[in-house]
Amino acid sequence: MDKFVKMTALVAPMDRANVDTDAIIPKQFLKSIKRSGFGPNLFDEWRYEDVGEPDADNSKRPLRKDFVLNQERYQGAKVLLARENFGCGSSREHAPWALKDYGFDVVIAPSFADIFFNNCFKNGIIPMVLDEATIDGLFQEVFVTEGYQLTVDLENQQIVKPNGEVIPFEVDSFRRHCLLNGLDDIGLTLQHEADIKAYEEKRKQQTPWLFAG
Amino acid sequence: MSAKTLYDKLWDAHVVRQEEDGTALIYIDRQLLHEVTSPQAFEGLRLANRKPWRIDTNLATPDHNVPTTDLTGGVASIKDPVSRIQVETLGMNAREFGITEFAMGDIRQGIVHVVGPEEGATLPGMTLVCGDSHTATHGALGALAHGVGTSEVEHVLATQCLIQKKMKNMLITVNGKLQPGVGPKDVVLAIIGKIGTAGGNGHAIEFGGQVFRDMSIEGRMTVCNMAIEAGARVGLVAVDDKTIDYVEGRPFAPKGDEWDAAVVAWQDLKSDEDAHFDTVVEMDGSVIEPQVSWGTSPEMVVDINGHVPNPAKEADSVKAGGIERALKYMGLEADIPVKDIPVDYVFIGSCTNSRIEDFRAAAAVLKGRKVSDKVEQALAVPGSGLVKQQAEQEGLDKIFIEAGFEWRNPGCSMCLAMNADKLPTGKHCASTSNRNFEGRQGAGGRTHLVSPEMAAAAAVAGHFVDVRDYL
Repeated sequence: MDKFVKMTALVAPMDRANVDTDAIIPKQFLKSIKRSGFGPNLFDEWRYEDVGEPDADNSKRPLRKDFVLNQERYQGAKVLLARENFGCGSSREHAPWALKDYGFDVVIAPSFADIFFNNCFKNGIIPMVLDEATIDGLFQEVFVTEGYQLTVDLENQQIVKPNGEVIPFEVDSFRRHCLLNGLDDIGLTLQHEADIKAYEEKRKQQTPWLFAG
Repeated sequence: MSAKTLYDKLWDAHVVRQEEDGTALIYIDRQLLHEVTSPQAFEGLRLANRKPWRIDTNLATPDHNVPTTDLTGGVASIKDPVSRIQVETLGMNAREFGITEFAMGDIRQGIVHVVGPEEGATLPGMTLVCGDSHTATHGALGALAHGVGTSEVEHVLATQCLIQKKMKNMLITVNGKLQPGVGPKDVVLAIIGKIGTAGGNGHAIEFGGQVFRDMSIEGRMTVCNMAIEAGARVGLVAVDDKTIDYVEGRPFAPKGDEWDAAVVAWQDLKSDEDAHFDTVVEMDGSVIEPQVSWGTSPEMVVDINGHVPNPAKEADSVKAGGIERALKYMGLEADIPVKDIPVDYVFIGSCTNSRIEDFRAAAAVLKGRKVSDKVEQALAVPGSGLVKQQAEQEGLDKIFIEAGFEWRNPGCSMCLAMNADKLPTGKHCASTSNRNFEGRQGAGGRTHLVSPEMAAAAAVAGHFVDVRDYL
């Protein structure tokens, strides 16, 4: 995983609640056995007029002009501004893979579905929780300001608006540490090998039927 | 010692390490694997030159891509080459790492969340994960079970642990006695309708009260399965005699002295009387009606005698926008009776409702009746080869076939349409599955979530009806 570095980037608004992972990346693209290449099919059904298939040439497909990410002004956005319960539904990690592959490094929402929230951290995406009123304000500003950018500073846990206003946010210290340093958490867990083995010895006595295999 | 909830007890028993920032390393007793969310995890292991920590805790079966038609050619029966590669990859990974797999052609193959409990691979008191959000199902047996992403699948393979933060405790109590014709699916849809799809975010939900004590284990699975549709990764029901009777004698269940010791340990798998819950919801089971979802989120659900909502009557602008978009997608007018919605397709199956009791309930409605001419296709898809076999031994297959259903082979099928079973654009489907998201059952398809009984009755009528008129 790449290190998360402080960035200033264009914001795209996704103004609907309960955006589910089936919408973020439809099922037919889950047949891939790779982690990459999902970006062109991010929000496939909302983004294209036709039905996407895994082997299609996406550059030739007709776009839905009214879909937000197809608008010229949001090209190159790295921050997605969203509504309540973003990423609900299926646990598919293909959803953050698609967001990241498309170019999003940050999703801002009043709340996230739990599994999606976890999956983001494993892929260098910050799922940033801000309160409803702040988010309403950001939506208004993004809508009326072409080229609206935010500076995201994970180290200091704050975003900075174009007018210099600072909005603080919080990320758990372990997750922040992993994002900032691009750490693989399997490697970190394996540093606790002795603890895991000690736990297993204890449990073999208490619940031997879980070690019968 | 302070009083604990069932979730507290399961959590505490599995903490390997507690960190100061509130995260903990949690030990995982069982991992179920399927073809869609595991290939990148195995690839990750190979790239890092790692081996599974404990091979025996893993159990694999293909389900999402499996055809439900002719399976005699095994994996070669899958016509879509991309799907076939994914199923073949699961088999290759299982063989390479020595993991038990119920492959296509094995009678034990089926939907992971049907297979786990059926085999006794899900046990009370264990932690269980799978790269699938409906892993909440297994909480019906008093196991701490939840869905994980592929990185976490790899993490569990490599370390037998997960880095987790403890969830909050939620108790949903449903007391009273359900009306005839009202079942577990109606109860859980009514709960989601009440608390919303984000209502359980950040929580482990325990389902308590008379309704769940009276409910069968399979019914509890239907309820826990959809905890995720209420936003909670974990759904739980306390262990009782029914749980123990259900588990006894299953292939992976403990035997002899270990069984006796396990049964003693499992007696404690319930919340202490004065345990603290962060959130409590109470409902009266006796007033729950058969439910039908009208929109594109599982919270968009109404009673069978209700009406499709009107966005003009919704004060919250984000919600009103959601209703408007859903009406447009579903091709419905505001304020129409739900009973006026036509049914073009019927799907009885999925990890929510594909167990033997589901087929018995639907067959009771279908017996001596015919699927309406207005219905283009009606599918019955058992959750596993063993469920299918059991249903056939009871003669249920004949009832479905005589009524005009197609009696298929096990798999996830039209719940998410990764195989060939797809709901066409614009068609309305009475479905016993769990998600009515846009495009879930097929691009442009229109899903209505119902119980197996309600799906059967809708199949006969050609539109939604109150199953209580068919009993």
